[in-house]
Amino acid sequence: MSRLEGPNQIAELQREILEKRGKFGHEIAVCGGPGCRAIGCEEVFRALRDEFQRAGCGEDVHLKWTGCRGLCAGGTIVVIDPGGIFYQGVTPEDAREIVEETVLRGAVIERLLYVDPTSGEIARAQDEIPFYRGQTRLLLEQIAQLDPSNIEDYVAAGGYAALAKTLDRLQPAEVIEEIRISGLRGRGGGGFPTARKWTACREAASSDGTKYLICNADEGDPGAYMDRSILEGNPHSVIEGMLIGAYAVGANQGYVYVRHEYPLAVQSILTARDQAQARGLLGENILGTGFDFHIKVSRGGGAFVCGESTALIASLEGKIGEPRPKHVHTAVRGLFNKPTVLNNVETWANVPLIISRGGAWFAGIGTESSTGTKVFSLVGNIRNTGLVELPMGTPLRMIIESIGGGVPGGKKLKAVQSGGPSGGCLPADRIDLPVDFDRLAEAGSMMGSGGLIVMDDETCMVDFAKYFVEFLAEESCGKCVVCREGLDRMRDILTAITEGNGTPESIELLEELCEVMKDASLCALGATAPNPVLSTLRYFRDEYDAHVNGGRCPAGVCRALITFHIDAAACTGCGACARECPEGAISGEIGLAHSIDAEMCIQCGICRTTCRFDAVMTD
Amino acid sequence: MIELTIDGAKVRAEEGMTVLEAARTQGIVIPTLCHFDGLSPYGVCRVCVVEVVKGKRSSLEASCTLPASEGLVIRTGSPRVQRARKVVMELLLSTSPKSKLLQDMAANMGVTKVRFQQKDRDCILCGLCVRYCEQQMQSGGLGFVGRGVSRRVGTAFDEMPEECRNCGGCEWVCPVCEQACRADDLIDGLCGGCLNAVPVESCPICTECSQSVGAEGHRTFR
Repeated sequence: MSRLEGPNQIAELQREILEKRGKFGHEIAVCGGPGCRAIGCEEVFRALRDEFQRAGCGEDVHLKWTGCRGLCAGGTIVVIDPGGIFYQGVTPEDAREIVEETVLRGAVIERLLYVDPTSGEIARAQDEIPFYRGQTRLLLEQIAQLDPSNIEDYVAAGGYAALAKTLDRLQPAEVIEEIRISGLRGRGGGGFPTARKWTACREAASSDGTKYLICNADEGDPGAYMDRSILEGNPHSVIEGMLIGAYAVGANQGYVYVRHEYPLAVQSILTARDQAQARGLLGENILGTGFDFHIKVSRGGGAFVCGESTALIASLEGKIGEPRPKHVHTAVRGLFNKPTVLNNVETWANVPLIISRGGAWFAGIGTESSTGTKVFSLVGNIRNTGLVELPMGTPLRMIIESIGGGVPGGKKLKAVQSGGPSGGCLPADRIDLPVDFDRLAEAGSMMGSGGLIVMDDETCMVDFAKYFVEFLAEESCGKCVVCREGLDRMRDILTAITEGNGTPESIELLEELCEVMKDASLCALGATAPNPVLSTLRYFRDEYDAHVNGGRCPAGVCRALITFHIDAAACTGCGACARECPEGAISGEIGLAHSIDAEMCIQCGICRTTCRFDAVMTD
Repeated sequence: MIELTIDGAKVRAEEGMTVLEAARTQGIVIPTLCHFDGLSPYGVCRVCVVEVVKGKRSSLEASCTLPASEGLVIRTGSPRVQRARKVVMELLLSTSPKSKLLQDMAANMGVTKVRFQQKDRDCILCGLCVRYCEQQMQSGGLGFVGRGVSRRVGTAFDEMPEECRNCGGCEWVCPVCEQACRADDLIDGLCGGCLNAVPVESCPICTECSQSVGAEGHRTFR
């Protein structure tokens, strides 16, 4: 692999690679995203490779990995070019058929195609699937096309052209100006204008001239995996973004702080870094321009709080990962007390796009105050779980109904939680809200890093708030009293409410505690921790009241507050529930309606999940 | 010199001072717990929070870590500050009901009931002992272990640290074990103040920690 000696050699390399690529007859891309890996795409890949060898396809066929394709509900996904034939739910057993039918004979295997559950339409290629049609996939489409372990894929797709342009033709101030025009705001949660951060760091004095860059890849929100997918699927975009940022602010050393629980992301960024170094795109004298930039990859030990900028910096410095008061911005005094720019993975990945296509182009996407696109991880009670990318300001309804395919199982949408554990819930009647930084904050939630958890009408909002409070109580670093003890007591109060021991006073105390935590916590983790409670109190107050005053759980979730009974009209007397009941509390003759002995019932709910006729009811 | 406004009064402070220090030069009392002269500010007990007014908006900040800066407008006893301090005291007392210092401070702030479940963990993790050991004794034998509610003060491998010279400073500086409240029955989580009914001038706790308890002394116990 030869070293590139000048900015103009990037374009030459791209031409060379494309010429070489033109010779392949078929390209078979297997999705290697987190969802597909969990379902076993590695076996699919091996099976396909074996089948190609057996069929003797050799040179004509290019089998490759790609990053996450987004439609995780349809894993494992295999896409075959030419034609872009999109197969979903592929298992190793399908490999032979794919090779013999599709690759060798050009026939499409219908049963592996996507069928739209509402219209019944069959989609042959990705663009025909409603899930993809509604999206604006700037970052995700790159991930879906590229082999993350191969720098040539990235260069062939126009990668590192933005770096070449920056080093060849732009002054640092011009780079920052372009970012300012683009209106890019931090994707990690806070939504701080990126250009302002960079300017502050550029202007900050450093005694020996040292400045640092950090990529925050410590994504820890339950159900969120946007950054993971980007780092696993397109690590070069992050490196290129950091290179451009380093040039703009005058830094020579960067760190990628990535979770240890993301081994593939760690491997992916390390491989990419080494490849970039070998090509002269990273290290000393980059592209022969005299600009130096090094990247170290640092692994986090699994503390959620280390996603907070000052805790992350403490952890990088080798100290305990605890936040400190942020009276001086990290852009002025950050890592090792030097000016430091810390941005999230997705923010860095957006930078090359902005430099290539211009800030004005980026600003034209989204809304006036929130520009560009945002990647969301759409999870929970929704048909198409997965990663989606949309222009800022897209109404929540469109995300849930047209792209997500709605709530499955004939149930109704109850609420959507955005922004991870520190975010808030929006009730179903607010789903026409446009999703951007400011609208969400006004509604009592937040953008966060882009997690969207959809809940159906069988979710108890008190129980839901308790889940997040429990998560945060575990993950609080324990440094400041309000967060450590406050979350612990909040958990006590919520547990009491869900167990039927709550009083109207406990709700009042809960509200006061929430307000004080918001006010008096040391860092953003504590200050935003009450959001799940406050937002559910705001929109679902009646549910709290029902627990406390009526002693019942309207959603039928809190076990201490519900009783099970069988609807005699719906029961067919199949006896399935009686066989499964661990307490032997269900009796009845086969063919006749059964009944539950309330004294013996332990409210485990097994009968309800067992019953195929929805005859088990709760009060 | 810089000038800031604390409780309506113009206060001149030196560059590098915290808001707490600036307030004290003027005799303005802000209660503190994890702060100790001679140890680095830590900002974790949140008892010293003050309201920072920025136009129509305001926020609460710990005064012990907040740098005094030109034009800053501070309120040390606004209703918002008082509410936060009271809840903080309730949280602290539910963790460590036997601390005389905490009981005194709570009484002075007008806390009449601890509404949270009692936990009896004693240590409030103010970090005074850890900082004292490291910064005054140059020893560093103590540190924090774990996170969240399982966080505790400990030594390496839970063994007597080599660095320890048995100076006893950790015990002396501790607001919980230095002088325990001897009340047997807590009413609503509070000691009732019976044992504190001594004149302010001769109360060793108050004279030693007047900076913490404040000039109001034992008013609430009369």
